[in-house]
Amino acid sequence: MRSIAIALLAAALPALAAPPVTAIVGGTVITITKGTFKGTVILKDGKIAEIGENVSIPAGAEKVDATGMYVMPGIIDPHSHIAAEATNEGSISVASMVDINDVINPEDIAIYRALAGGVTTIVTLHGSADTIGGQCATIKMRWGKDAEGLKVQGAPPILKFALGENVKRAGSSQQRINIPGLSMPQAPLRYPGTRMGVEDVLRQSFLKAKAYQAEWKEYNDQVKAGQHPIPPRRDLQLEPLVAVLEGRMLVHTHAYRQDEILMFLKVGDEFGFRTACLIHCLEGYKVAKEIAAHKAGVTTFSDWWDYKIEARDAIPYNAAIMLKKGVDVSLHSDDAQLMRHLNQEAAKIIRYGGISENEALSLITIAPARQIGLDKRIGSLEVGKDADVVIYDKHPLSNYAKVQKVFIDGIKYFDRDTDISGRAAKEARKKALIQKEQEMMRRAAPPTRRPA
Amino acid sequence: MKKITLTLLLLFIAGAAAMLAEAPSIYAIRNARVVTVSGAVIERGTVLIRDGLIQEVGTNVNIPADAAIIEGQGLTVYPGLIDALSTLGLPEFAPAAPAANGAPGGAVRTTPGAPAQQQQQAAQTRPAQGPEDRPQTTSWLNAADIVNPADRRIETARNVGFTTAVSFPNRGIIAGQGAVIDLAGEKAGDMVVAEPVGMYMTMGSGGRGGGMGGGFPSSLFGVIAYVKQVYLDVDHYKLVKAAYQQHPQGMKRPEYDRALEGVIQAPRILLPANRAVEIDRMLRLSAELKQKTVLYGGEQAYEMAAALKQAGTPVLINFKWPEPDRNADPDRPDSLRILEMRDKAPSSPAVLVKAGVPFAFYTDNTYTARDLNRFARRALDSGLSQNDLVRAFTLSAAEIFGVSDRLGSVDKGKIANLVVTDGDLFNEKTKVKYIFVDGVRFEPAPEPAQPARGEVAQ
Repeated sequence: MRSIAIALLAAALPALAAPPVTAIVGGTVITITKGTFKGTVILKDGKIAEIGENVSIPAGAEKVDATGMYVMPGIIDPHSHIAAEATNEGSISVASMVDINDVINPEDIAIYRALAGGVTTIVTLHGSADTIGGQCATIKMRWGKDAEGLKVQGAPPILKFALGENVKRAGSSQQRINIPGLSMPQAPLRYPGTRMGVEDVLRQSFLKAKAYQAEWKEYNDQVKAGQHPIPPRRDLQLEPLVAVLEGRMLVHTHAYRQDEILMFLKVGDEFGFRTACLIHCLEGYKVAKEIAAHKAGVTTFSDWWDYKIEARDAIPYNAAIMLKKGVDVSLHSDDAQLMRHLNQEAAKIIRYGGISENEALSLITIAPARQIGLDKRIGSLEVGKDADVVIYDKHPLSNYAKVQKVFIDGIKYFDRDTDISGRAAKEARKKALIQKEQEMMRRAAPPTRRPA
Repeated sequence: MKKITLTLLLLFIAGAAAMLAEAPSIYAIRNARVVTVSGAVIERGTVLIRDGLIQEVGTNVNIPADAAIIEGQGLTVYPGLIDALSTLGLPEFAPAAPAANGAPGGAVRTTPGAPAQQQQQAAQTRPAQGPEDRPQTTSWLNAADIVNPADRRIETARNVGFTTAVSFPNRGIIAGQGAVIDLAGEKAGDMVVAEPVGMYMTMGSGGRGGGMGGGFPSSLFGVIAYVKQVYLDVDHYKLVKAAYQQHPQGMKRPEYDRALEGVIQAPRILLPANRAVEIDRMLRLSAELKQKTVLYGGEQAYEMAAALKQAGTPVLINFKWPEPDRNADPDRPDSLRILEMRDKAPSSPAVLVKAGVPFAFYTDNTYTARDLNRFARRALDSGLSQNDLVRAFTLSAAEIFGVSDRLGSVDKGKIANLVVTDGDLFNEKTKVKYIFVDGVRFEPAPEPAQPARGEVAQ
């Protein structure tokens, strides 16, 4: 599509051209699912072709020396807001028609910075202003590609829901944010204004979706019977909800408090859908058994709380407790800065809860892969999986570890050495452009007349 | 009272008669250099204008005895320039503040009565709750119906060589239908050349709700979802209407939807796209909507030529190249990406010529020779040829809007819209001598002196 753009980028970053085969040798390989050992990883045709302690290196393979370093699967962040040019459709509480895939910004520098933090796949999604926020996008950090080039083809679609304070704020005159000194036309209050209202909005929405589903079924039955009815009006707001009811779309729900977590799981049971992931879930430790029984995943923070009322009753043992109760737990960033050191966030769970190193790294690799429905393709180093590989100079759970190289689909997208050595040239180019522009603007300025 | 009316009427008739006596309907510009745009340049040729049309062009043209003769020695005849995206003639849609670069942007008289958009919003007390409320949509609004010959910018634009504008209502998401209008005429009806020629859409800039009480949609993805739903609704609306036409008896009457009626009228849609990311996004939206599309903006079109070519989508390029903000903090320079974009933006036309992507220019409400020449210089310095520059302002614009059978070149039978200069168009030293609009001759008033820096312009 953007052949010129890609040609230009390719010229600027020769590293992007994929060698036929890459062999990462000499490093400590942390597979997550198949143990940790000193060995070799072979990347071929975008996949992991071979992995093990004694692997013969194919002729013509480009060797990457990882001696003394650590090789692990790319980090997966199941909850981020980067690379999107819109966050909330805050005007209505059921905004299921909006889709992050329509507003991907492949030029967001946060993508590159996430890469530098070892992140290879994320779900980028809406804010939490609405009960139903919209459709999310699963993308890889393929820096330099266009919007379509970032998307993970075949990734299951995800619909974002939200509960609690953020959602009901627009419906409550007490909770609405008023910025002193800034006169804003006040929007009329929006339903819902309470947690009970949020539950009602969910129910009403799914009831509408069921009616819509029935309308189409009736139409399709008539067509099958040889009739020629007028098809129903397609409704982009209800279509994603029908997809949820039919199990074609995953559900991710922003939730903090134990009561609303239970409420949401109950609504899911009532309408027959599973919650793939409860987001934040700071009170998850209180209802871990119930969450595990529903087979819902949880993605949470390590030790971040108290930034609002519903985030007060939290403990850093949350993730570890839920793990012990059998919940599928992962960590998320929700933030462009935090996402650059998710490895350190994983390390904190060892500190608070005594889980193993491998369990800790699972929180940012295979667990989020399951929650976004891609565990067959990413999240661990196994033969046949996508060649999304990070090389750290020290153990990834160390505060001192720095990402050296990142491969996605076998292509190197980040190289610390190349980045550092390229900075001077970029700075020079920038200076030259500024100078050229200043000169042009001087010439373009209207003629000066000296005051008499 | 009656007497006064009669006097006024007599005065009016006298005035009109005087005007008729002054304005001949036959002109011959002889021995001039004629840049036809459609074909080769005629070095010494004659253009014969009769009753608003180009009657003859060539080296061997019989000049009738009653023709007013213009000696063309040292002069060049071009087709009249077309501003491919404007609000000329629609003063209520003109930019509110004076445009940058000293252009007399807001020099329009106030139109009595609130703009249609405001009226619609006033009628709609409740903020839009979804696509079904047709928020920020005035698709039924047709530029041809609201042309105001009193827009003072018409003369300003004509003085620098514009004879034609493609003007659009521009407020809201689906703003309305554009018309090709000639930039002279006593009555609105005289000015309209073709309508509707395209439906102007925005991605919500200007009329954004943003959760500030504006209702749905308040975000970029909300706008995109809204537009998608509108086109799905159009499909359904057409089906239901057709069914009702066939068998009205026993069927519930479908609701009349003026927003959808407007959308159905549009022969093409105009979508905004400056950055490469936006061009990519709008091309994909256009493909999904299955609508004939013209993009406008085009700052980073230099990077997207292949995609534009593949989609067969023309671009209206903003001739006012992006420039740094003069008030920006010098200690906080823009990012390399922005700097590169501003540096390369004027190369878009040259790149598109090479790739075979049709494009035309719009001036973004800039109608001073000094600025236009400066913008032209940047495009020429970035590889655009003088011929292609002129073509983009004439025939290409006519082609994009489907009016090249009557406008855009100096050819027999076309509308006599011409600009006559004493040198190459867009050259700093060139002066516009005459402008013909529908065969009526105008001479530009001398351009007011540029205010010095620091002086107050008004």
